[in-house]
Amino acid sequence: MKILLTLLICAGSVVAQQIGNPTTQQGVLPPRGTFAIRNARIVTVTGPDIENGTVVIRDGKIEAVGTNVNVPAGAQTIDGRGLSVYPGMIDAGTNMGLVEVPQGANGTVDLSEVGDLNPNAKAIIAVNPHSAHIGVTRVEGITNTLTAPTGGLISGQAALINLLGTAPKEMAVVPQAALVINYPRIGFGGGGFGGGFQQPANLADTLTANERQVEQIRKMLRDADAYGRAQDAYAKDKSLPRPDRNVVLEPLVPYVRGEQPVIFRADREAEIRGAIKFAEEMKLKPIILGGNDAWKVASLLKEKNIPVILTGVFSLPSREDDAYDALYENPAKLQQAGVRFCISTGDAGPEVRNLAQYAGMAAAFGLSKADAVKSVTLYPAQILNVADRLGSIEVGKMANLVVTDGDLLEIRTRIKYLLIDGRAVVLTSRHTELNDAFKNRK
Amino acid sequence: MRRLILLLGIIAVFGLTAYAQTETLIRNATVLTVTQGALQNTDVLLRNGKIAGVGKNLKASANARMIDATGKFVMPGIIDCHSHSMLDTINEGTLAVTSMVRTQDVLNTTDVDLYRELAGGVTTLNLLHGSANPIGGLNTVVKIKYGRPASEFLFPGAMPGIKFALGENVKRSSQPNLPGVTRRYPNTRMGVEETIRDAFTRARDYKRTWDEYREAVKKDKNLIPPRRDLQLEPLVEILEGKRYVHAHCYIASEILMLISIADEFGFKIKTFQHVLEGYKVAKEIAQHGAGASIFADSWGYKIEAYDAIPYNAAIMTRAGVVVSMNSDSDERARRLNIEAAKAMHWGDLTEEQALKLVTLNPAIQLGIQERVGSIEVGKDADIAIWNGHPFSVYSRVDTTFIDGDVYFDREKDLARRPELAKERATLEQAEPNKPPARGQSPQTPRRRPSGHEDDAEVEKP
Repeated sequence: MKILLTLLICAGSVVAQQIGNPTTQQGVLPPRGTFAIRNARIVTVTGPDIENGTVVIRDGKIEAVGTNVNVPAGAQTIDGRGLSVYPGMIDAGTNMGLVEVPQGANGTVDLSEVGDLNPNAKAIIAVNPHSAHIGVTRVEGITNTLTAPTGGLISGQAALINLLGTAPKEMAVVPQAALVINYPRIGFGGGGFGGGFQQPANLADTLTANERQVEQIRKMLRDADAYGRAQDAYAKDKSLPRPDRNVVLEPLVPYVRGEQPVIFRADREAEIRGAIKFAEEMKLKPIILGGNDAWKVASLLKEKNIPVILTGVFSLPSREDDAYDALYENPAKLQQAGVRFCISTGDAGPEVRNLAQYAGMAAAFGLSKADAVKSVTLYPAQILNVADRLGSIEVGKMANLVVTDGDLLEIRTRIKYLLIDGRAVVLTSRHTELNDAFKNRK
Repeated sequence: MRRLILLLGIIAVFGLTAYAQTETLIRNATVLTVTQGALQNTDVLLRNGKIAGVGKNLKASANARMIDATGKFVMPGIIDCHSHSMLDTINEGTLAVTSMVRTQDVLNTTDVDLYRELAGGVTTLNLLHGSANPIGGLNTVVKIKYGRPASEFLFPGAMPGIKFALGENVKRSSQPNLPGVTRRYPNTRMGVEETIRDAFTRARDYKRTWDEYREAVKKDKNLIPPRRDLQLEPLVEILEGKRYVHAHCYIASEILMLISIADEFGFKIKTFQHVLEGYKVAKEIAQHGAGASIFADSWGYKIEAYDAIPYNAAIMTRAGVVVSMNSDSDERARRLNIEAAKAMHWGDLTEEQALKLVTLNPAIQLGIQERVGSIEVGKDADIAIWNGHPFSVYSRVDTTFIDGDVYFDREKDLARRPELAKERATLEQAEPNKPPARGQSPQTPRRRPSGHEDDAEVEKP
């Protein structure tokens, strides 16, 4: 690889060189190298942009950033003239790696467990590192996804992953990053994707069914709290009767104690308000996922300091009399109201690569361009409590970096280099490979 | 008088500019003509529904509306070659051949998604029947004259068309196998071929029967005409080159299959729709003379979409295929500018080639290229003013014109919002709208069925 890079540097003006291992070598994790990206515009996100700066990467971390930094001997140098360096984008609302083909190939679908209450379903167990979606997504500059299960009322636990690795363990940034709850939707059998087909006949029945579902969740969380206290008590005093271990309740303990975030899928105003109230009652640390009506609940979200992962920027407004741009401008409205938010595709996999356009559209409708970049880098990192590791270009952070030939969010911009966890990733995917196979067919 | 009241009523309801505006001068814009490149600091004059001038320092009459478009971009109205907007129903899926049904009979002019599409710079839609059957219903090409009666939506002179479909949807792959319920034929891609072959064999005989009758009746006026067959008539029109075939398809083999049938019966496929594996058989599609109307980058949502790649537009364009990018979705239709720009990102099409994907090329595919698809004097005044380059993700539409009339105006839209919010609040307080009991209203929005991805039968909430 060194030889290849040397050649590239000598070639100078040749563009679209690639570094790292081909994706076809799925079993080989590229090594953590020492790199220096020189003479580039560096969009640090947390600080001002640095024109003509250098980023040094070593052992998977960002070692130095600035205009006057020492390039370590033996570092592989990337000529960044005319290029920009951004932190990798993060999509905090996907099912990446849990489904390959949703329709007609059930064997590839690992989204939702049987039953309504599955806190022990862990996305990190099922995520497929060799999914074609991962390569296709990362070559567009997305380095991380939160990968969440979808079913029932308590869907399971989402994982925050790097989009690189030969095994789930290698991909995991936070293997159990959040508990996912489908806050019951009024008018439907269950929450989110897990909803049944039975629609209650009238409002009273609807509300009763809804309350029953909330009560199911409440009961399980209370059981988990009691379970945790029983285990703690026994740990301190072995003379107490030993409580049995319970693999379903045990993973819930850090969530019911407010130590780990609980993601509530909720789009409509009533559901968002319901989720906020419920989280407060149960003393949880809530995040709203979806949030189509979040702009209507902005002051409450602000007051309670509850962040929102917006997945609906490209959705059609749900009411006929909503403004045509109600969801395009949802992020700008939240920003103005001081609500913490980030932007996500909410997609299972194939469309995650378009994350930049979701953020760009928000900027077309009121969000500043800088905030639009933050909404897919720093903000999701903050919401997922990993801003110490991801989301900006700062010394000590994980080297998840994207080198582009222009504005990160613009459609026509190309990704030139990609680093994940300090590893150089070759910019090929199933799609570039099929393109190469057929583009010259005569 | 009653008509006047009605007209005023419509204007009041939809808040559109009066349709009496006959002249508009858009000044000092960057004009993306599509056929003559991008013209800087250029005026566009719209008069009597047509583009009357494109150039510098154009003059308009005293009562013309003037729009200062400094720093803005003018682009032809986007043409969506695959839409199901404003259709009250999409699939007549009970039979394998439903060429007797017409989308024109189920137009819902009040579909609010039409307005949302106008706000994305879209002016023309190809409304297609769904993809439940090898030979589906007849299409309708419309201008999005939101607020006008259905008859005014119809695009004058557009070529009549029909929907065909191949592959998983036609095989009913995602339909459950219910005990005691007979599956509809066909069940395989073999059966799909046979269904189409059978239909055209019958159509050819039917045409012969009528041809023979028309000859014979010249000599004997008392001859009884053959019985009309509404299913076969459109197929005869296809054989006579009077009706365009828009064929939904995915994989390479089924594309070649349909080309082979068309060659055998002597007709042309006008467009392959979706045609996700078109890049694998671009040469054959070009040789047949068919167009391709595709998604920019949708893939992986079903097995037959697993080999889709975003380089499809570029590979087929370079092979000589007329390619368009469509939405097949009320949502995506609002951002076809972004979809077109993707062909520059993946596959290096030029800006002009990419612009054509949503303007001139779909116009050609619908037989309306003399009327729309580029900014040229004499063409219909169907254009949109964008606040930046339409290929920038940061741009949005300010104003959309059809036949010179304004159908979307962002400024007016914004101005009306406080008033509409007040109206909504008043209506919510009205007695009939109060929730029946127990506090809050359930707020269950009614969703009408809407075309999705590839017209699969499943209607998602």
